Amino acid sequence: MASTTAMPPPLRASASNRVLRVVMNHLATAAAVGSTILVMAPLIAIFAYLLFMGASSLNLAFFTQVPKPVGEVGGGMANSILGSGILLAIASLMGVPVGIAGGIYIAEFGRGKRLANMVRFTADVLNGVPSIVMGIAIYTLIVVPQKHFSALAGGVALGIMMIPTITRTTEEMLLMVPLNVREAALGLGVPNWRSVLSITLRTASPGVITGCMLAFARVAGETAPLLFTAFGNQFWSTSVNQPIAALPLQIFVYALSPYDDWHRLAWAGALVLIVLIVVSVALVRYVAGRGVLKGAS
Amino acid sequence: MTQRTDSGASPGAEPSLSPVRTYLLNCGNSSLADRAFGALMLVCALSIFAIVILILVELITGSKLAIQKFGMSFFFGSAWDPVNGNFGALPFIYGTVMSSILALIIAVPLAVGVAIFLTEMCPAWLRGFLAFFTELLAAIPSVVYGLWAIFVLIPLLRQYVDPFLIKTLGWSGIFAPPNYGIGMFAAGVILAIMILPIISSLTREVMSAVPHAQREAVLALGATRWEMIRMAVLRNARIGIVGAVILGLGRALGETMAVTMVIGNRPEIVRSLLAPAYSMASVIANEFSEASDELYLSALIEIGLALFIVTIIVNALARVLVWAVTRGAPVRGT
Repeated sequence: MASTTAMPPPLRASASNRVLRVVMNHLATAAAVGSTILVMAPLIAIFAYLLFMGASSLNLAFFTQVPKPVGEVGGGMANSILGSGILLAIASLMGVPVGIAGGIYIAEFGRGKRLANMVRFTADVLNGVPSIVMGIAIYTLIVVPQKHFSALAGGVALGIMMIPTITRTTEEMLLMVPLNVREAALGLGVPNWRSVLSITLRTASPGVITGCMLAFARVAGETAPLLFTAFGNQFWSTSVNQPIAALPLQIFVYALSPYDDWHRLAWAGALVLIVLIVVSVALVRYVAGRGVLKGAS
Repeated sequence: MTQRTDSGASPGAEPSLSPVRTYLLNCGNSSLADRAFGALMLVCALSIFAIVILILVELITGSKLAIQKFGMSFFFGSAWDPVNGNFGALPFIYGTVMSSILALIIAVPLAVGVAIFLTEMCPAWLRGFLAFFTELLAAIPSVVYGLWAIFVLIPLLRQYVDPFLIKTLGWSGIFAPPNYGIGMFAAGVILAIMILPIISSLTREVMSAVPHAQREAVLALGATRWEMIRMAVLRNARIGIVGAVILGLGRALGETMAVTMVIGNRPEIVRSLLAPAYSMASVIANEFSEASDELYLSALIEIGLALFIVTIIVNALARVLVWAVTRGAPVRGT
């Protein structure tokens, strides 16, 4: 398909024209290959750097200690890891059920309806809204009435960001479940809601779960909406009503600090985040590639 | 999801003339639970609209003060003086628009090149790996990009790229000293790196939606591979590619952390791209929690409102364009 020389020239092509075309073809190929290499190089560099800098900075203290005061060497991000965990737990509690339910609506109840199409479209658009805008909205909604920053506000901001992603992946996964499966369940006299939850959703569950993990990984790295909702904290805090530390926030603060030791911690934190994300993205691809519906028919 | 389990058995009636499925849905004692379940799912789906409206209402009420005080002049004033309560958003708008344009200039040709390589030339084993890799990059948090930019990209720019640009293009005034490394150009470069995976993966999707018959027809006429790509693939996919580019633009406009870390954070409009600048998202990120008085806060929220509306429009436009192509809309003949 790719051969260029064996083709008979078009009617009016002169010899030089043909040479030009062949040269053009090679130039274009070179440009495409070149741009791929040019694009991959910094991306691979980012990964290599992260692995190198992160791995050399990770140690036990990173996972067990809280940040040391300025000027003291050592310390870790244990409180940030815990804080991120709490924030993500709040976010998941909110985002996962609502997101999955939204996906169920589009795929099971609203198929082909105009409303469902609008929900899908709005979810896509909402996905592209800058996260910092979410932060402002949650600030005026929760932080201002409460009069202080809190883990709750941060968690809600992240949860809202999870909803559109989960809705879309759930919908896509449910659409892959063949119609006969549903009809078989209904034919056996199973109520529709039961059939949706224990047959359709269950069949698609590997895909839905990985979709949730993907959304989870995305918000795990979000910094902007936490700046003025969760705010960050240098100490241990587990209270939902108090400002709380988060891994990406801490990376941000440490990256901009003038201390080498804090830079080291920032790299280690970044590596931890990336590992979380890589694992979930790889899982999604594995499940999607293997076919979600192994036990479907 | 909290309904009681009705006994699953619906009365075993003979199938009526209506489609089996509709019949089964409407019969039996489970129809009440079914309707409740459907309504619950509907409410959750509608929450997505609710979120959009909620954000809009919160932003508008929050920025009322600034809107009343400055009106439209807010977007044309270039003074940013929190002490005297004088606010103009022009330097930030300029910074956001300029860094996004720079990012697009750098990223679009490369992204299309990568997409062409992946769809038309790449061996299958490499394609899977590269596709996975680009997907991964789209998921890297922006704070990590920022971290990398501070410690790797900025020194690289400051030592090698910027002096070169000053030497070759310095006469135009666009690349003029002083050269700090951080600044508008650095923001454009890191934004380009960040939006590349998004643009190229969407472009790839659009290009693989072009029917094979189109390619074969052009090849059969004696075209070289590049001519085939140009005439059959790019021509048919152009609307979708524009959509992908606009989607990348939407990302670039709202990108916060990485830009905040490298743009230099100085609210000035300077001709030189190497000078520090400021963007809409980064002024919010930097100053929001320090905003001392109501007017200051409301001016920052108004910037957020502008950002929200612009990104909504840009994203909606992009989605419509991409859908028009990938949904199997009739492909125009060449």
